[in-house]
Amino acid sequence: MEEQYLLKVDNLHTHFFTKTGVVKAVDGVSFSIRSGETLGIVGESGSGKSITALSIMKLVPNPPGRIVEGAIYYNGEDLMSKSEKQMRRIRGNKLSMIFQDPMTSLNPVFTIGRQLVETVRAHRDLSKRQAEARAIELLTLVGIPDPKQRLKNYPHEFSGGMRQRVMIAMALACDPELLIADEPTTALDVTVQAQILELLKRLQEELGMAIIMITHDLGVVAEICDRVMVMYAGRQVEFTNRIALFDHPKHPYTWGLLDSIPKMEKEKRRLQAIAGHPPDLRYLPQGCYFADRCKQATEECKMHEPTLTKLDDHHLVRCLLYEDIKVEST
Amino acid sequence: MINYIIRRLLLLIPVFIGVSLLAFSLLRLIPGDPAKSMLGNKATAAQLQSLRLELGLDDPLPVQYKDYMEDVFQGDLGYSIKSHDSVLEEISTRLPATLELSVVALIFAIVIGVLAGIISAVKRNSWFDHVSMTGALFGVSMPIFWLGLMMIWLFSVTLHWLPPSGRLSVGVHLQLITNIYLLDSLLTGNWQAFKDSFEHILMPALALGTIPMAVIARMTRSSMLEVLNQDFIRTAHAKGLAKYLIIFQHALKNAFLPILTVIGSQFGFLLGGAVLTETIFSWPGVGRYVYQSILSRDYPVVQSTILIIAVLFVLINLITDILYKYFDPRIRYD
Ligand SMILES: Nc1ncnc2c1ncn2[C@@H]1O[C@H](COP(=O)(O)OP(=O)(O)OP(=O)(O)O)[C@@H](O)[C@H]1O
Ligand SMILES: [Mg+2]
Repeated sequence: MEEQYLLKVDNLHTHFFTKTGVVKAVDGVSFSIRSGETLGIVGESGSGKSITALSIMKLVPNPPGRIVEGAIYYNGEDLMSKSEKQMRRIRGNKLSMIFQDPMTSLNPVFTIGRQLVETVRAHRDLSKRQAEARAIELLTLVGIPDPKQRLKNYPHEFSGGMRQRVMIAMALACDPELLIADEPTTALDVTVQAQILELLKRLQEELGMAIIMITHDLGVVAEICDRVMVMYAGRQVEFTNRIALFDHPKHPYTWGLLDSIPKMEKEKRRLQAIAGHPPDLRYLPQGCYFADRCKQATEECKMHEPTLTKLDDHHLVRCLLYEDIKVEST
Repeated sequence: MINYIIRRLLLLIPVFIGVSLLAFSLLRLIPGDPAKSMLGNKATAAQLQSLRLELGLDDPLPVQYKDYMEDVFQGDLGYSIKSHDSVLEEISTRLPATLELSVVALIFAIVIGVLAGIISAVKRNSWFDHVSMTGALFGVSMPIFWLGLMMIWLFSVTLHWLPPSGRLSVGVHLQLITNIYLLDSLLTGNWQAFKDSFEHILMPALALGTIPMAVIARMTRSSMLEVLNQDFIRTAHAKGLAKYLIIFQHALKNAFLPILTVIGSQFGFLLGGAVLTETIFSWPGVGRYVYQSILSRDYPVVQSTILIIAVLFVLINLITDILYKYFDPRIRYD
């Protein structure tokens, strides 16, 4: 039976055409997400997480960026064929996004009331009064005390955590079916991070929306994600559910990521990042992109590009180690 | 905010004293006999003596200053030694003329400059961007007198489209209220006078406004480019807002602070440029008045006019500072 997907991204390629060469920021990413589900996208800085998200919103900065190939279906509709005007009706409405830095993501010269009201009114035929009532409702929903008074405040009058709550309220203005959260907690203090994560979890239970949670923090994944896509150099290297990811991760890069989280029992241990750097996206190597940094790498890895291999119904991995396994088992 | 304005108004007092001292000493610092320098070498001893008496030049300096300030506060700005006209009366018709010219010039500069800057920033590297920014580059270094003369040659002498001088054509009647002709003709519903005075002000205002226009266009472009790259603009797009709202509300209001600074700084230029413009277009304003008074060494006129202009300047700065608060709520005034 054909499964019903809320969002389906198929073979997405988003490149930046810069003076010094073509940056293949996203290069062949496919995934899908069902209603109410939480999908995590993890990977180091520069692996293409944000550009994947912006591609779905069709907000890739152009020039220099452009989606060069691929298909994006949202609610069965082909987003690639939508005009800018049609996209505007979808953005902030049934598909919203929040960003990493709540300090800079809100307009500093408008009150948050105005910023909330304009979002509501961009998509709903409401009077100013009704929109204000909705804004108060939204601020209450995200746990901002004294919402009626707070509408008159400017972003600089809020703390970082409160600002991110405002951002979330704004994204929820029109009851989205999918919320893309691009590292929503990275810029916040640790205690505030936990609160925002709690809030997102609660909102998801109450409102039933799907979430794409972009993060480089596997702790966040453990906290709220159902399934996880691990990205490296513009590609997905592993894609599985949360349990499999922590129980039996397959890709050496994922092992590295898991090793780099400080464990509770040895808190003092230094954060152990994977040695080396991701490749320059303009001059990608032949063979596996991770081979240079991989302890398991063989000569073979530097010659042959691994393909995304299905280990079982819930586990995809892009690594030569498993291509043999697949061959053996099939 | 109210406190701030009151505080700034109180600050006007020392500024006023300083400026008046400066204007006052201008006359008294002339080496030799000021009376002689004003009346020239051919003046008789009796004439010199009567001028000295009239200006009180024989009194001690503090007494002279006290007398002068008393006069100023009674609204007596002195008399021209040449025409014996009251300076206050002259200024009350000429200041509105200069204000009208400067304000219209500034409106042209702001409207055209800001629009060109916005379009250039939004359509970066388009032909419009290249053309308008090249134009702005020439504009900032444009000599007013050359531009003014070229305009007169083209639009008045050659094409006969616009009048070369004055504020109103002979035969057009206008009941004066504020001495700002465009305003007066609107107030009295006099459409013919409005059209006529607009045709008169068009060239001088454009000549005077060109440099500020170019400066404003360049500042708007760079300021907008910076703002358009900010995260909150991406947020606005992600919210599904229309593009014109994002550009003209979200981006422009943020970009406006540096533009406002530039506009404020152009007032000084406008007042200076008005001297040239008023001379070329025979515009009966304060600039031409000061210029002619300096040439004819009519020091009482120079002294009082400078005082008025300086006070005006300080007031305009105050208004600019208050506007800042409107454009940036983060600015605190305490
Ligand atoms: N405007 C741009 N011009 C050129 N290259 C760009 C541009 N924006 C992004 N890139 C490139 O695209 C790649 C992917 O960027 P992206 O922002 O998606 O990374 P990310 O995974 O979100 O990283 P982070 O964790 O730092 O947010 C980066 O290598 C970056 O250099
Ligand atoms: Mg990112």
